[in-house]
Amino acid sequence: MSSFLSKQLPMAVAFFAGFVMIVAFFSGNAFISWFSQQQLKWITIVGGFALLLGVASITRVSLAHVRQRKTNWPYKVVLLAFLTVSSVFAIFQGTEQGTVYDWLFQNMNAPMMSTMFSMLAFFIASAAYRAFRARTLEATILLITATIVMLGRVPLGRAIFSYLPQVTDWIMNYPNLSVQRGIIIGAALGAASMSLRIILGIERTYLGRS
Amino acid sequence: MSESLVNFLQVSVAGFLTLCIFSFLYKDNPFYRLAEHIYAGLSAGYYVGLIWHAVILQQLWMPITRDGEYTLLIPGIMGVLLFTRLTEKLSYVSRVSIAFVMGNTAGISIMQQLHGYVLPQTGDTISGLLGAGSWFATLGAWIIFVGVISTLIYFYFSKEHRGIFGATARVGIVFIMISFGAHFGYTVMGRVSLLIGRIRFLMFDCVDSFKHLIN
Repeated sequence: MSSFLSKQLPMAVAFFAGFVMIVAFFSGNAFISWFSQQQLKWITIVGGFALLLGVASITRVSLAHVRQRKTNWPYKVVLLAFLTVSSVFAIFQGTEQGTVYDWLFQNMNAPMMSTMFSMLAFFIASAAYRAFRARTLEATILLITATIVMLGRVPLGRAIFSYLPQVTDWIMNYPNLSVQRGIIIGAALGAASMSLRIILGIERTYLGRS
Repeated sequence: MSESLVNFLQVSVAGFLTLCIFSFLYKDNPFYRLAEHIYAGLSAGYYVGLIWHAVILQQLWMPITRDGEYTLLIPGIMGVLLFTRLTEKLSYVSRVSIAFVMGNTAGISIMQQLHGYVLPQTGDTISGLLGAGSWFATLGAWIIFVGVISTLIYFYFSKEHRGIFGATARVGIVFIMISFGAHFGYTVMGRVSLLIGRIRFLMFDCVDSFKHLIN
């Protein structure tokens, strides 16, 4: 592969695509604004194909698993069967209410999704049992705050101490908000500098191995 | 098929899969793995359906064929080129499409992060320091100010945490622990609420649909 196609052209494309979006923010030029709007449409389309690439990849990996009769290969057959059924019905029948696709989502996907999330309650409780030992000042603060917030959101907390909901609100609106703000500002500065590195071609790990 | 039978079948499928997932609490087992793979397959299929209709048909195929927007052929071709990643020899061709996505996202991100997060959050942090209406609100504004500065200093690793810098970082960790504790509490409440919902579904919805079927 030539260096132009594998390195220079992608970097030039990244620079151009990023530069247009920055210029469009400051410039009132009609053509640049139109072009940046086109780019926004384009990125949705390319992003859609990227998700399909993920589905193609999982299909390929699962098919190889089945073909080679690796451990637990029958589960991969189940995965491929449900992937095929939902995709075929979605493409040919549609995704509206009352379709097979909708039925599969409402009665199979959604219950499993909420069960997976609800199961985390057990794992959080188990992790808390191991981690919540007031051995240091920091761990004690975390333990006390978590207890106040949990009790402050249920009737039992109000029964124990009538001002507990107000204390919870104060924690959420002042100390918690300040940390969230600090993290948001720090992360935003980091994201902006990383974006600049990508546009200028300093950060190239997204191109993969050469 | 009667309505109660259809309802019973729907609830039974959802109930069986819910129990399969919950069985993992005992240990990893074939029922859990079956549900896990069904979930993975359906989730992937869900995205296929979503992208086919919302992106490929609505944003690519119809604008080209109906409105003659031929410029959309460019992202269409870039999207197809992404699939060269599946072949080892031609995978480098997909880099142009990936670079387009990365560059475009980076360009949007710079302005979005600075204009949408850094400046407004900084402004809100310092705006109430010299009087926010009442002494309580001004005190709150100062608490937020100290929390923001000390949190930022705690996460600044380019300078050793010593002296005043270290002391401020230690104040930062106190604020961070309060915030993490609050988030932990909120997350636990959210998950327990979901758990109650699933248990209610198993105890009432499933049993009720069975009773309806019998009656």
